[in-house]
Amino acid sequence: MAKESTPKEMQRIDYNPPTKGWMDTPVNIKPGMYCYPAKPEKIEDVGMPNPHKWSVTDEDWHLPADWKETFLEGMRDRLQKHRSFKIFMDICVRCGACADKCHFFLGTGDPKNMPVVRAELLRSVYRGEFTKAGRILGRLAGGRKLTPEVIKELWYYFFQCTECRRCSLFCPYGIDTAEITIIGRELLNLLGLNINWIQEPVSNCYRIGNHLGLQPRTYKENIEFLLDDIETYVGIRINPTFNRKGAEILFATPSGDVFADPGIYTLMGYLMLFEHIGLDYTWSTYCSETGNFGFFTSLEMAKRLNYKIYAEAKRLGVKWILGGECGHMWRVIHQYMDTFNGPADFLEEPVSPITGTKFENAKSTKMVHITEFTADLIRHGKLKLDKSRNDHLRVTFHDSCNPSRAMGLLEEPRYVIKSVCNHFYEMPENTIREQTFCCGSGAGLNASENMELRLRGGFPRANAVRHVHEKYGVNTLACVCAIDRAALPALMNYWVPGVTVAGVTELVANALIMEGEGPRTKNLRGEDIPGREEAGNV
Amino acid sequence: MGITVSLGAVLAIVFVALIGGSTPGLQYVFGVFLPYVAFAVFLVGFAYRVINWGRSPVPFRIPTTAGQEYSLPWIKQAKIDNPSTLWGVLIRMALEILVFRSLFRNTKAELRSGHIVFGPAKWLWLGALAFHWSFLIIAIRHVRLFVEPIPAVVQALDTVDGMLQIGAPALYITDLLLVASVTFLFVRRVVIPRMRYISLPADYFPLLLIFAIATTGILMRYFIRVDIVGVKTILVGLSTFHPTIPEGIGAIFFVHITLVAVLMAYFPFSKLMHMGGVFLSPTRNLINNSRMKRHVNPWNYPVKVHTYEAYENEFREQMKEAGIPVERE
Ligand code: SF4
Ligand code: SF4
Repeated sequence: MAKESTPKEMQRIDYNPPTKGWMDTPVNIKPGMYCYPAKPEKIEDVGMPNPHKWSVTDEDWHLPADWKETFLEGMRDRLQKHRSFKIFMDICVRCGACADKCHFFLGTGDPKNMPVVRAELLRSVYRGEFTKAGRILGRLAGGRKLTPEVIKELWYYFFQCTECRRCSLFCPYGIDTAEITIIGRELLNLLGLNINWIQEPVSNCYRIGNHLGLQPRTYKENIEFLLDDIETYVGIRINPTFNRKGAEILFATPSGDVFADPGIYTLMGYLMLFEHIGLDYTWSTYCSETGNFGFFTSLEMAKRLNYKIYAEAKRLGVKWILGGECGHMWRVIHQYMDTFNGPADFLEEPVSPITGTKFENAKSTKMVHITEFTADLIRHGKLKLDKSRNDHLRVTFHDSCNPSRAMGLLEEPRYVIKSVCNHFYEMPENTIREQTFCCGSGAGLNASENMELRLRGGFPRANAVRHVHEKYGVNTLACVCAIDRAALPALMNYWVPGVTVAGVTELVANALIMEGEGPRTKNLRGEDIPGREEAGNV
Repeated sequence: MGITVSLGAVLAIVFVALIGGSTPGLQYVFGVFLPYVAFAVFLVGFAYRVINWGRSPVPFRIPTTAGQEYSLPWIKQAKIDNPSTLWGVLIRMALEILVFRSLFRNTKAELRSGHIVFGPAKWLWLGALAFHWSFLIIAIRHVRLFVEPIPAVVQALDTVDGMLQIGAPALYITDLLLVASVTFLFVRRVVIPRMRYISLPADYFPLLLIFAIATTGILMRYFIRVDIVGVKTILVGLSTFHPTIPEGIGAIFFVHITLVAVLMAYFPFSKLMHMGGVFLSPTRNLINNSRMKRHVNPWNYPVKVHTYEAYENEFREQMKEAGIPVERE
């Protein structure tokens, strides 16, 4: 198990595959590398197909009687619905350019984690079951039949892909293995083969409003606790509103930040920032989740969960929506939301009430990213900042996969960080911006039972952090993603002790000079700010 | 296994064509019938595949963004790698198709004493570029054998390509490049363990086939000379739909043309269709403006949702207690 192997042992990785072909090597399911199956009742909650009890290590996964037709029918249907899927099944030339781009391959050396092979696992079924050549020539044409063994293999490796799209950046045809994984997972979900770490949040989000299942009262109370903390450390009392009709802006963010350390500090940051600029906004308990684990089960489920954002904006009568820091949430909002649940013609084109800036790039979706919003505020000198409060931090920035490769949000967070921190260092160029490495826990894989997978998958990211840690003494890893905030601390603890994980808005808030504030001797975490302890006695 | 099978297949084609080409009665089959059928299969098959892809819609706007998005006016956008306009996409696609932009990005990851280091990896890009461009130029050069008079462009290309002027007839640069690059592409599949692991017969076969085409072509031009006038008669005959087979054409010609015919007929059924697919790839040919402009999914359908009403009905009491406004008291 992961906990016993030391970083030294774990980084002994062999990138050379065995000579025996992958089709002749049956899947070898290893503990620490997978998540537990979805509980049937969590599948039933949202009416998804084939809930049943099964166990990963059992020989028999109790597939439904018509499993084969269901899977193949599902595949046929998706080939007709997604040009991406059809083309990606047909045109890979196996050039190998994507092979060493995947963090899971780099961290495990498992040859089936090369994006090309991950895709071939399904492509071979496509050739064997759907193409004439494959049906007649079989192996010779690279085809194979769908068997329960193959289902297991697909399940194992589609849940070892974080849909990060790094492979697609390098593919000469733009083949996106994430797209294949998304569809592959949809197919597995038709058979009731999901993981609980995804399914339970989906069920919670659907009925209760957020992944963590925080009921309205608890959600509000949690935020109130944070308001108390702000009062203690900053010396001001903030009174945000919830579900308030007529607010100008709806603020929506992942629920992870309401609940767990270190995400809560980012949430405190939001509260302070909005107070500082006097924003007319509201929180919502109904739309208390913008992260979308539905996206990791099926596009339909993604749409069902995403529905609440526009529905709530409409009900409350706001002008536009501001979205918090999150990775895959922004992929869904940027690339899917308007198509899923638009048009948002009941909203107005977003304009910053503070600076008057029109957010041209969000004029149809009407949802603005918090770092776009903050960068604009800073640019117009609307924030009073004391950068030096962050002087003890040596900061680097982790680009989350989705804002980078499915949106292109690269400069905004950097601009914000550099405006509030004096010491900023970039990681090596092949590991940042559009080439960024995944945290290793995205796409619903941030459970604890698969810790070895996460630590291995996160190794390339950690490796780059280690580089700047050793070279520049970097001690803070900033990010704009709630999953990162949940996942990266464990990764840092293991690979690069001494580096803490912080949200960008947390860094902003620490530098904000709030009106009526007390002596700012502590940061939002309640830690003494080095060099400020004296001032505390004034 | 893949290599043996593919090599066997190519040798078999060569052998059959050699027999056919040396048998006067069969020359018509190999010189006329087969090329026509193959060409028809190529055209129809290619069109069918592309139309078939086109029949599947693009429900979501999913470009892979490879640079800064269009954002605030003072933030510099990567207009090509993350295009927000049609022009940007056109340039992105042109770079992709003409100079293999994404492949140019390639890196090589290595583990050195516990650290992953990234080095540049341009060989594949260079090899692929040399391969595709020389193939294209050679194909265009061949036009001079099919038409009379020879178009000036083709003549010019021929002259430039033959610039090296080594020996007589002049040595073509593209001939050298094609053989070198196809050999490189094949050898890397065989010697790099990771490449051998992912390679299928369908990967070796086209490379060997093209290698055989290049070799027979070169043999014919420099070593086993064929009656070039006769060859031209056949090819012009083919292109004007007045096929004839003059006497005394060397069998090697029939081997060459048969290999080409097999390549054409094989094309639409194989990964070689990446030639058409690259144009349609949704991660490359879409504008990244999905927050600016609504993209419609043609098969969008209503889904079951959990409405606010249902939510409030479940939590009304506690919402009231917690001071959260409700719709119905
Ligand atoms: S880079 Fe693209 S074409 Fe090459 S092996 Fe990977 S998916 Fe296939
Ligand atoms: S999307 Fe990311 S995790 Fe999945 S195969 Fe590609 S590089 Fe690996």
